[in-house]
Order: sequence, then structure tokens, then C-alpha cells
Amino acid sequence: MKYAIAFARFWYDFIVGDDWQIAAGVVAALAIAALLARGGLPAWWIPPSAVVVLLSLSLRRATRD
Amino acid sequence: MSDAFLVLAAFLASAVEMVEALTIVLAVGLTRGWRSALIGVAAALVALAAVVAAFGPALTLVPIDALRLVVGVLLLVFGMQWLRKAILRASGYKAAHDEDAIFRREAEEAALTLRSHGAFDPYSFTLAFKGVFLEGLEVAFIVVTFGSAQGSIPLAAAGAGAALVIVAGVGALIHAPLARVPENTLKFAVGALLTTFGTFWAGEGAGVEWPGGDLALVLILPFVVLMALAQVRVLTGMHRRATTAVDARALVGAER
Repeated sequence: MKYAIAFARFWYDFIVGDDWQIAAGVVAALAIAALLARGGLPAWWIPPSAVVVLLSLSLRRATRD
Repeated sequence: MSDAFLVLAAFLASAVEMVEALTIVLAVGLTRGWRSALIGVAAALVALAAVVAAFGPALTLVPIDALRLVVGVLLLVFGMQWLRKAILRASGYKAAHDEDAIFRREAEEAALTLRSHGAFDPYSFTLAFKGVFLEGLEVAFIVVTFGSAQGSIPLAAAGAGAALVIVAGVGALIHAPLARVPENTLKFAVGALLTTFGTFWAGEGAGVEWPGGDLALVLILPFVVLMALAQVRVLTGMHRRATTAVDARALVGAER
């Protein structure tokens, strides 16, 4: 059990890292893009815009102090 | 074009992780002897091969759109974390990764730990195994996800293989940590490439139609790089102003 928790923790730290809000934001942005695409609307601008917004907010949080 | 990106991204990402593993192995090998450290390296490589052999082929059974969505999300999140750290380091908000300091710390800890009397040194073995296995898992993750989403694991493996040959070759020649590797620049480049691939694949997996098809990949990369460089510029200015303000306050305090 200890090893399973350590293994899960390693992958969490490796992929999600210091700011879980980036991961949550990416999932939310892609869900919106999928909805727009399914409705026949252009959605290609959402992923690059999400990168700019999420990274800027994350850097702002990291440098606030 | 995207094949060249694939090889380059796998090469750069693998090289960064391998430099970190090499630092640990050199610190252990030079302070406590090579035999157990090299057995640890060999055992870690076998364990890594088993992990890749078990999970790699399973990914080829997943439908390509679902795979690209999952891999795209993972790479996008992972790439943005690398880019975030590289931007914070480049602008002075985070200390730069110092392979020399890591080497000295690992070597001091290794020298302080008591040696066992037998020929086999469990401490050296464990440290070398852990270093190579954990950094290697990160390389395997990049090779398997990149390769499977782009439909060519051998190309991604070739990029990682080239990095292994160069990093291990240079390490064997100079027997010292590769402190001169511009690690933050490499991490910045890898973060930008991972974010680019992640944006493209996650978008495709979500049903987005990119203008120009695969050509969009070539446009997303400069967009990400320019955006990240702009963040470095803004944050460097902010950090400089904050440091000057702190210094001025300290000076006023000292004069009182």
C-alpha cells in the first residue's frame, strides 16, 4: 500500500506539479472546446488561449509574494 | 516536419532527465565505488524496459482520437509546468538548477553513510537505482506518449537513444557533473515543445479542426515561445523592481 501511494504521488508530482489549477483549467478549457466543436462552431482558438490565460494566472500566483 | 519535432522533443526532454540521473550516479560512483552503483544502474534499466514493454503496446490498442486527447491533456499540463518553472527561473523568481551543488550534496551524503563490509554496497545500489529508475520513468513517459500519439514510438525512442549515447558518453569521458549544460534553456525549449504538442493533440482529441491541419503545429510553437519570452520579460522587470525596493528598505532601516 505504501509503495502504491508513493507511486501515485510520484506521477501526481511529475504531471500535475506545483499548481493543480493548471490541470483543472486545461480540462475545463478542452470541455468547452469539445462542446463548441460538437455544435459546429470554430473552437481552435480555445486551447492556445487557455495556455496564455492559465500560464499567466499561475505565474501571477507564484510571484505574488 | 512533425516527425522532426517529435525526435527533437524526445531528444531534449530525455537529455535533461538523463543529466539529472548522471549527476546522482557520478556522485555515488566517485565517492563509494563503481561496482554497486553500476549494478544499480543496470537493474534500473531492466526494470524500466519491463515497464515500457508492459504499458507501451497496450497504448496502441486505444483508438487514436481518445489516445490523442488523453496524451494531449497530459502533455499540455506537464509542458506548462516545465514552462512555468523555466520562466520563474529565467526571471529570477526561482533558483536555477545547479548540477554542481546537487553533485556536492549527493557526494557528501554518500561519503557520510557507513559502508557495509561486503563487496556489495546496498546504499550505492539503492541510490543509483532510484535515480536512474525515476528519471528514466519520466523519459519512458515522454517516449511512449509522444510516440504513440504521433504513431511512431521508434522515432521518439531514437531521439531518447541519441540523448542517452551523448549524455552517457560525455559523462564517461569527463567523470564530472555536466554543470555546463544550459539546463534552464533546455527545460524552456522542452516545455514549449510539450505545450505545443499537447495543445495540438488535446485540441484534435476534443474535436477541434485546426486551420491548415498539421500545419497548425508549426504555428503554435512560435506562438508559445513568444508568449513565454514575453512572460520572462515582464517577470524579470517585476523581480528587479521588487529586489530594488527591498534593498532600499534595508538601506533605510540600516541608516536608522
